[in-house]
Amino acid sequence: MIEEIVRVVVVILIIVGAFLNLVSAVGVLRLPDVYTRNHAASKAATLGIVSILLATFLYYYVEVGHFNARLILAMVFLFITSPVAGHLINRAAYNSGVKLWDKSVQDDLKKEMQQNSKPKRMKLSK
Amino acid sequence: MKTNDIILQACTKIVLFIIILFSVHMFFAGHYEPGGGFIGGLMTSGALVLLMLAFDMRTIKKILPIDYKILTAIGLLFAVGTAAGALFFNVPFLTHAFGHVDLPILGDTSLHTATLFDLGVYFVVIGVTMTIIQTIGEDGE
Repeated sequence: MIEEIVRVVVVILIIVGAFLNLVSAVGVLRLPDVYTRNHAASKAATLGIVSILLATFLYYYVEVGHFNARLILAMVFLFITSPVAGHLINRAAYNSGVKLWDKSVQDDLKKEMQQNSKPKRMKLSK
Repeated sequence: MKTNDIILQACTKIVLFIIILFSVHMFFAGHYEPGGGFIGGLMTSGALVLLMLAFDMRTIKKILPIDYKILTAIGLLFAVGTAAGALFFNVPFLTHAFGHVDLPILGDTSLHTATLFDLGVYFVVIGVTMTIIQTIGEDGE
């Protein structure tokens, strides 16, 4: 009985994971600028991969009886590192001057950067 | 402008332990499962490179004062030493020995001298990778 339930859960998890990865790929193709593309790539793909890994772990645990700790470690690792990678890529893009989409309305970081760079320039001129 | 790397540094501090533990696991799993000295060494040097990306080179040298060229030499010494040790027992070069040993805490453990050879490979891989990356990276400073 419990094996049947787990089998259904595994199938659902794999389908959901593959679907999320597909959605993320479509997002990368369709969205207009670097920041929104990165938003699609780093969020949806992370959850998709983690759900596929969870399905793999459950399958091997229930069907084969093998507790694979490496899969759990991989899930934790991906959950920590993938958003950080997205953040770093976006920040590098912003710092190297990649333009936002024409229809964006808000850029709070720009104001912040200008405020921070003003006293720096004063110091340099001294 | 001085950049604020706090997210990368905090993430590195956590992830570094996962990578190093996994590389040690890979090293010891080499006898029965996929893994071994080469991939373990590469993964450990990957962890060290991540540390160098998140912090600067001078800090890393202060934390880990290792001369990687000497580490390479020690690794080669391990490999040649385990290979040459066979000559003392009147068996051909590179003959390995194994046996079950009762260790105080760990109990019955099967030990093999091929692990020492693998340890040599591990050190050599770390040493060579880190030497290459450090010599390339230091040009910019």
